[in-house]
Amino acid sequence: MEVTIPTENNGTSWKGGNEKPLGASYGKMMMWFFILSDALTFSGFLGAYGLMRFKFHDSWPIADEVFTHFPFLHGFHAPMYYVALMTFILIFSSVTMVLAVDAGHQMNKKKVTFYMLLTILGGAIFLGSQAWEWKNFINGTYGAVKLNDGKIIQFIDATGEQITLESFVKSLPSERTRHTENKGLWFVKEAKLPPFTLNEVVESFKSNPAISIRTELINPETKAKTIIPHSEAMGFLNEAKSVVMGANLRENEYGKTLFANFFFFITGFHGFHVLSGVIINIIIFFNVIIGTYERRGHYEMVEKVGLYWHFVDLVWVFVFTFFYLV
Amino acid sequence: MTHAQEHTSHTKLIWKVFAILSVITIVEVALGITKPAALYLTKFLGTSPLNIIFLVLTIVKAYYITWFFMHMADEKKGLRRAVVWTAVFLIIFLATLLLIEGSYINDILGPLTKWNY
Repeated sequence: MEVTIPTENNGTSWKGGNEKPLGASYGKMMMWFFILSDALTFSGFLGAYGLMRFKFHDSWPIADEVFTHFPFLHGFHAPMYYVALMTFILIFSSVTMVLAVDAGHQMNKKKVTFYMLLTILGGAIFLGSQAWEWKNFINGTYGAVKLNDGKIIQFIDATGEQITLESFVKSLPSERTRHTENKGLWFVKEAKLPPFTLNEVVESFKSNPAISIRTELINPETKAKTIIPHSEAMGFLNEAKSVVMGANLRENEYGKTLFANFFFFITGFHGFHVLSGVIINIIIFFNVIIGTYERRGHYEMVEKVGLYWHFVDLVWVFVFTFFYLV
Repeated sequence: MTHAQEHTSHTKLIWKVFAILSVITIVEVALGITKPAALYLTKFLGTSPLNIIFLVLTIVKAYYITWFFMHMADEKKGLRRAVVWTAVFLIIFLATLLLIEGSYINDILGPLTKWNY
């Protein structure tokens, strides 16, 4: 029986010989299959998000009311502008990446270096933007009240616009301070107290008939949250449990805690991909500079890393749609 | 892609794809901010027409990124199908079951949720 022994290996083919069944090198093909499996992971997460969203579709937070900040425009209601900017940054860094790949095909080291640098910068700016987005979400905008059963009550003025707690709550004299280790049991910790106590919020609400509340329930006709008139609001506020400021994994002033959980998890997982993409890009960037690929005779490594980078962009396109648009 | 083509620059195509992706994103954001009542408050295929538009535009964007930025168009048919068909089939399968189940839970749970106090 004859045995085939590989005699030649040009470095881009399968190690077992020069057969390339799918016309791609081993590394590139495996990058594609890694991307496939990672795409399925993200679909699992976004699918779980979709399940919960359909389950609570009559009371899910409205993204336009959650993400309304834009740098240097304080107090200006700017839904989606910021996330649109982030999307452009990421698409543009994808463009510079594909230009680097293109320059690599022409063995143009200078251009590859330049475009890789732009790609890294784009990725870093995106990461910074996402951190800022998280900061705003965690700190919150308006403040709300949580009921005993976990529902969120927000405050609105006579025109139906949501108002901040600061705009109507008057502080009352109170002895309550944050519990820290040096004031009592050293093993008991307490999170930062909300800016107002529940009592202050309820008392201020009672004394101000112009303001009212709204519940999470969305009216299917107008797709807006249900407004409760001032006269009926005390029925809700008698059930109030605590004041909520901002969002974290346990509570969310904008509505369902699940929304915060999925937002942190999915954008966090995507952000982690961007971070690792930036780190890999930096490694490849230095390899380009020291001439590794020039000596190897081809820039296929830039292409493979490029695939990963475009995939990160691809995932963001879907995250953008499902968290901000739909 | 033949060997000779490999060394020609595709810069023009890249900028064209960037222009297409930008226009789609701008349309999405504009629709998302204005939310025209005729598209947002009406129903079509179980959701609003606006949501359908967003989904279609997203898939168009995904197509351009995969085909032209990731050069899927230049891969052999076998590799392309192994990756794209697998993903498309499994994602549709998973999403369909999860979303049907989600709205079933809503049908059962929704009426039991207390909204008046």
